[in-house]
Amino acid sequence: MEPVYKNPKTLIDTPTHYCPGCGHGIIHRLIAEIIDDLDIRGKTIGLAPVGCAVLAYNYLDIDMCEAAHGRPPAVATGIKRVHPDKIVFSYQGDGDLAAIGMAEIIHTASRSENITVIFVNNAVYGMTNGQMAPTTLLNQRTLTTPQGRNEKYDGYPIRICELLATIDGSRFLARTSITSPKNIIKTKQLLEKGFKSQIEEKGFSLIEILSPCPVYWRMNPNDAMKFIDDNMTTTFPLGIFKDWESQN
Amino acid sequence: MSTEKNQKLLLTGNEAAAEAAIMAGCRFYYGYPITPQNEILTHMATRMPQVGGTCIQVESELAAINMVHGSAAAGARTMTSSSSPGISLKQEGISYLAGSELPCVIVNVQRGGPGLGDISPSQADYFQAVKGGGHGDYHTIVLAPSSVQETADLVFDAFDLADCYRNPVMILGDAQLGQMMEPVVFNKKQNPNLYKKPWALTGANGRRKNVIKSFYPVKGELEEFNAKLQKKYRQIEAEEVRYEEINTKKADIVIVAYGTCARICKEIVKIGEKLNIKIGIIRPITLWPFPCDIIRRVSERVQAILTVEMSAGQMVEDVRLSVSGRCPVHFYGRTGGGIPSPKEILEKILEIIPIKEKVTCAT
Ligand SMILES: Cc1ncc(C[n+]2csc(CCOP(=O)(O)OP(=O)(O)O)c2C)c(N)n1
Repeated sequence: MEPVYKNPKTLIDTPTHYCPGCGHGIIHRLIAEIIDDLDIRGKTIGLAPVGCAVLAYNYLDIDMCEAAHGRPPAVATGIKRVHPDKIVFSYQGDGDLAAIGMAEIIHTASRSENITVIFVNNAVYGMTNGQMAPTTLLNQRTLTTPQGRNEKYDGYPIRICELLATIDGSRFLARTSITSPKNIIKTKQLLEKGFKSQIEEKGFSLIEILSPCPVYWRMNPNDAMKFIDDNMTTTFPLGIFKDWESQN
Repeated sequence: MSTEKNQKLLLTGNEAAAEAAIMAGCRFYYGYPITPQNEILTHMATRMPQVGGTCIQVESELAAINMVHGSAAAGARTMTSSSSPGISLKQEGISYLAGSELPCVIVNVQRGGPGLGDISPSQADYFQAVKGGGHGDYHTIVLAPSSVQETADLVFDAFDLADCYRNPVMILGDAQLGQMMEPVVFNKKQNPNLYKKPWALTGANGRRKNVIKSFYPVKGELEEFNAKLQKKYRQIEAEEVRYEEINTKKADIVIVAYGTCARICKEIVKIGEKLNIKIGIIRPITLWPFPCDIIRRVSERVQAILTVEMSAGQMVEDVRLSVSGRCPVHFYGRTGGGIPSPKEILEKILEIIPIKEKVTCAT
């Protein structure tokens, strides 16, 4: 009998360190599936962030590099300039990309660096135990917004896709979620489009994935998925914000 | 510009540093403007495209050092340059490079501090260069040129040292060395010995994956890794110390000075002869590893050692450690763009060495 569902070759068969209900595992698997589907395992180089996904290189069977907190786009640039024929992607959380690494992501987009960024927006700092992130929703409680995020005191959430869409160098920008099988399939299609944009040398691509963090949202995994659908998507609407294909 | 082997060119230290990097096979340079090292970036912007290389004017020193991290991880020869405030910003990145054992070259054309300071010559970054500079137990190899020619030669050597030890190498110059023009010949071997880098990230085609990282979360692993680093540092200390020694054999007093200060001190040796004071000089060329042994040996036979720096006294601490009380160690320094003059240094020497006949100094 031919198995219809198996582990992707690029995904190392080992338990992850992620918390129950975390989205990182699903997203890792999607990346591994795409690398297998496109048959690019031998020419892909990934960047692991400082954040919950710091050990991504333990789960993906490809060449990978660590980057200091916020700097994956710069490190990816340094790699891509040496190996323009390789597929280079960075994997980043919202603290990494939208707080400490904001300058790097904007300038990497403005150079239209031919890399793919996978931006995991879980609206919180996971690794450091759940502080406010730049993407924390208004009224959302975190360790550092114990009464809920208050715009007067804590400022507003930042929308990365919309922000980067103002930059000419951004060639493919999409926001998606992984709250249902349908959304996971959609996410895979968008990720694949990101990798293909790079293969076809279209320039900078970024896929933002709304991803659950049940532990630091203090919810059960089902409620966390519902929170994304009901609350996160109103601040962070899903969709495609830039597409080289439809812009000729 | 194109450089032929053995062709004599009139260049600033900054231009010589940039050109030497290209001669050494560096094809990936990342920089952010800051005086007094702007000529490195502008030279690279013109030259890199001519040799099929990459020069990116980046958004910050953080981006620059992290792009260096990427290109080094990808197996290429790569460099960044800056001046003191920019080097402070790069320090986190340098720590990551050391912790990931990545080879690269960082040029620091020092200016006065602290803070924004000024743009004039200084040696006040000695501590942040030789003591690691960023977090954690690590060292960068630090090379201190004292002429434009030596800048070119040391930049060239820096790439070999970096590759040989898989370690960042810093060139510690200053505004004076970076800005002044001198004749320079690029007479080092044209084909740099590019070391094989089986650890580099090239895509795991037909081999097991490579991972470049500095993170060791499993208890015990980080200590083991640190032990490995320390072993490497001991080897570098044993094999890579470089210094210049002038007139130390029969010296009454020996000056320890590097870079621009060493140049100035050389003028005093002759004046000393006229005054019947035998002055010797030890000029560290590697600031890390520091030439402790020669300083210790010399300290056993001289009346005193004088350290001269364009700082409030930084290298003097390493001189004192090397001497360990075997003779008095004195210090003369200027800060904030002040450059010690031969006259000032000589006056300091006359304070230290009791000469039979009181001679007034007229230089
Ligand atoms: C320079 C620096 N500052 C702070 C930290 C501590 N730190 C580690 S991970 C992290 C936040 C990560 O949050 P995010 O990027 O949202 O990723 P997540 O953990 O939620 O996946 C912080 C602040 C660090 N390692 N380095």
